[in-house]
Amino acid sequence: MTPTLKGFGRQFTPWAIPSLILLSWQILSWQGVIPSRILPAPTAVFQAGVTLLSTGELYDHISISLWRALAGFLIGGLIGFLLGLFNGISRISELLFDTSIQMLRNIPHLALIPLVILWFGIDEMSKIFLVALGVLFPIYINTYHGIKSVDKGLIEMGRAYGLRGAKLFFVIIFPGALSSILVGVRFSLGVMWLTLIVAETISAHSGIGYMAMNAREFMQMDVIVLAIVLYALFGKLSDVIARYFENKWLRWNN
Amino acid sequence: MEQITIKIEDLQKSYNQLTVLDGINLDIREGEFVAIVGKSGCGKSTLLRLLAGLETYDHGNITIQGKKLTSLNRQARIMFQDGRLLPWKRVIDNIGIGLSGNWRPRALEALKNVGLEDRCDDWPSKLSGGQKQRVALARALVHEPDFLLLDEPLGALDALTRIEMQSLIESLWSRKEITSVLVTHDVEEAVAVADRVILIEEGKIVLNKVIALSRPRVRTHQAFSVYVEEILDRIMGRSNDSDLRLVSKR
Repeated sequence: MTPTLKGFGRQFTPWAIPSLILLSWQILSWQGVIPSRILPAPTAVFQAGVTLLSTGELYDHISISLWRALAGFLIGGLIGFLLGLFNGISRISELLFDTSIQMLRNIPHLALIPLVILWFGIDEMSKIFLVALGVLFPIYINTYHGIKSVDKGLIEMGRAYGLRGAKLFFVIIFPGALSSILVGVRFSLGVMWLTLIVAETISAHSGIGYMAMNAREFMQMDVIVLAIVLYALFGKLSDVIARYFENKWLRWNN
Repeated sequence: MEQITIKIEDLQKSYNQLTVLDGINLDIREGEFVAIVGKSGCGKSTLLRLLAGLETYDHGNITIQGKKLTSLNRQARIMFQDGRLLPWKRVIDNIGIGLSGNWRPRALEALKNVGLEDRCDDWPSKLSGGQKQRVALARALVHEPDFLLLDEPLGALDALTRIEMQSLIESLWSRKEITSVLVTHDVEEAVAVADRVILIEEGKIVLNKVIALSRPRVRTHQAFSVYVEEILDRIMGRSNDSDLRLVSKR
């Protein structure tokens, strides 16, 4: 029998490898094994973060990036969810929309960047549009699939027990599709960050991606690495949030 | 004599040219417990689903309480072989499905009747197969239906749990005498709970046997096993001259 980790050990173990990497990175930088123009030391990155934070620059970049991410996610997520819902429930809607959506889905949304820049310039609109487009499809597919694959026996039972219309939907169909929908949400959170990073790196005048591209012009390695670390932290944060809702809403599944 | 509450006349049903039910005629009296037995694929489950109004029939007539059944049978509650509890609802909320108003006390009472009141806040996944079916039974009975339709509800349970459930069904039935139809492949189960056993073969009723035994039924009685053997012999196509066999046994 393997010993089970409890309390502190359980909290600490997932962070052991990141800490170890950080520590060796720091030591190797001190020793001069890693030259600072290839990769600055963690302390230098931290220092850059503190400096940018004190000027308020970092806060501005982060808040604009978060806003783009959230706005794009909400718009794309809502459209994807509603389309998935209608196509999952209504046969006519499915016939009308599904083929078109499946065709659009296979176009890499980042390939639209040149077009989007011409359409919307490099303003907020272009970033939000790209994020929304990227987020839409994973949520659509998983909502649609989730609703389609709700146990037919349970739906029949609901009907036989007098549930109809909205009641049938909220008692049986939606909860039955929820775990699949949340898989879509989690996946689309990844797409959300990816899209935002690319969009901000290529065309922006604010945001974390812009900060990194701007730093490249001045060879500020520490700021570039700081931007990458920030993306990693935000990625982890959105995963934690998604997990929280999964645990909350799918408790019966554990 | 009680009133006839379900009248089935010349009922026919087929799926893609495959005839499943071929001219079924059957009257069920109010308060009667009828068991339908037969080999798998004989059409017994289809008959029950037609009675529940979950499927439509091609020809013939089903009359429920004097009215022709054309859609969902709202006076009936069906209990399925696989229970069909909602995994995302706690036991008590599963029983409350389709109820409105202040249903909680009623649901608790129903749960108490099947002996599971202490499990009311559990998730269905924490229950054993037999407990799940008891919850499903409570869920059907809490609606106080005029008809209870049981679609092989004990088919997936082990033999001991099955006997326990059979006596539970029998005792709950005798309290209220809800008109009940049980579909099963277990002849002993049919004889243990039903007033009348119907045997269906290839979509036709070939045996309609009144079980004249007092309740609660005692399996060890000789009369009980005579009924079981007679029906079994008929299903297996063995000699159905039960009188002769009785003589030779003695």
